[in-house]
Amino acid sequence: MLGYTITQWLFGILSFLAIMFALMVVFTRNPVNSVLYLVLTFFCIAGHYLLLNAQFLAVVHIVVYAGAIMVLFLFIIMLMNLNADTEPRKHIGTRFIAGMVGGILLFVMVGALRGAEQLQLVQGGASQIGLVKNLGKVLFSEFLFPFEIASILLLAALVGAIMIGKRDTNINSKENTNS
Amino acid sequence: MLNGIPINFYIMLSAVLFIIGVVGVMARRNAIIIFMCIELMLNAVNLLLVAFSTLHNDASGQVFVFFIMAVAAAEVAVGLAILSMVYRNFKSIDIDLLSRLKN
Repeated sequence: MLGYTITQWLFGILSFLAIMFALMVVFTRNPVNSVLYLVLTFFCIAGHYLLLNAQFLAVVHIVVYAGAIMVLFLFIIMLMNLNADTEPRKHIGTRFIAGMVGGILLFVMVGALRGAEQLQLVQGGASQIGLVKNLGKVLFSEFLFPFEIASILLLAALVGAIMIGKRDTNINSKENTNS
Repeated sequence: MLNGIPINFYIMLSAVLFIIGVVGVMARRNAIIIFMCIELMLNAVNLLLVAFSTLHNDASGQVFVFFIMAVAAAEVAVGLAILSMVYRNFKSIDIDLLSRLKN
């Protein structure tokens, strides 16, 4: 097919879809649609992980991002009853400047990174590091301490989220009982 | 049959995704959309880490991505709790309203 292999076709299609969906996230007015486009972007990125032989990360990415984090976002948006009518919009000049700054940043990045070596990625069954067995070995030997620290971080985030969400209701109930 | 893709393509894809996230943070006023754009930036970096991990055949990069996911999950939990607090007090999550904090 035009001299390209299947992997290259898949890479092109997935990249195109990822960039299109990411653009839709920014340019859609309705926040619910934005979340759904972001989920599609994450699926495209998970496809890239599969192409890169990182099977474990692809599964974790779908479970954690598309399954947990995005549902949390959707939940909050539904809770706040946001839609396109309530969506605040920046001034047209600010948006124009934001687009221009993004374009300039892209220009600088492409210019700076253009000189990277044309290395070919090792792909197609040769790499086994993305499997659960090998990642688990590295995670529980070399990175055991950071792994434990991550558990403390998650616990702290859990307690913090509950405390932040709860304090206001306590104040309100106190005010209600006082008045 | 499977042919490799040059690392340059992954660098460019990650740069484009990252910059879409940056533009989203600058151009939107809805705090939740800004959060989502930050997630997009994190994912662009994750993709590049996995690409280089495969290139160098080193598992450390993928373990790093694993940790970044854990940190992102913690960040989203706390951030959305703060946003729901803000919504409760202001009845809006327009970040321009939060500038009244400086008065």
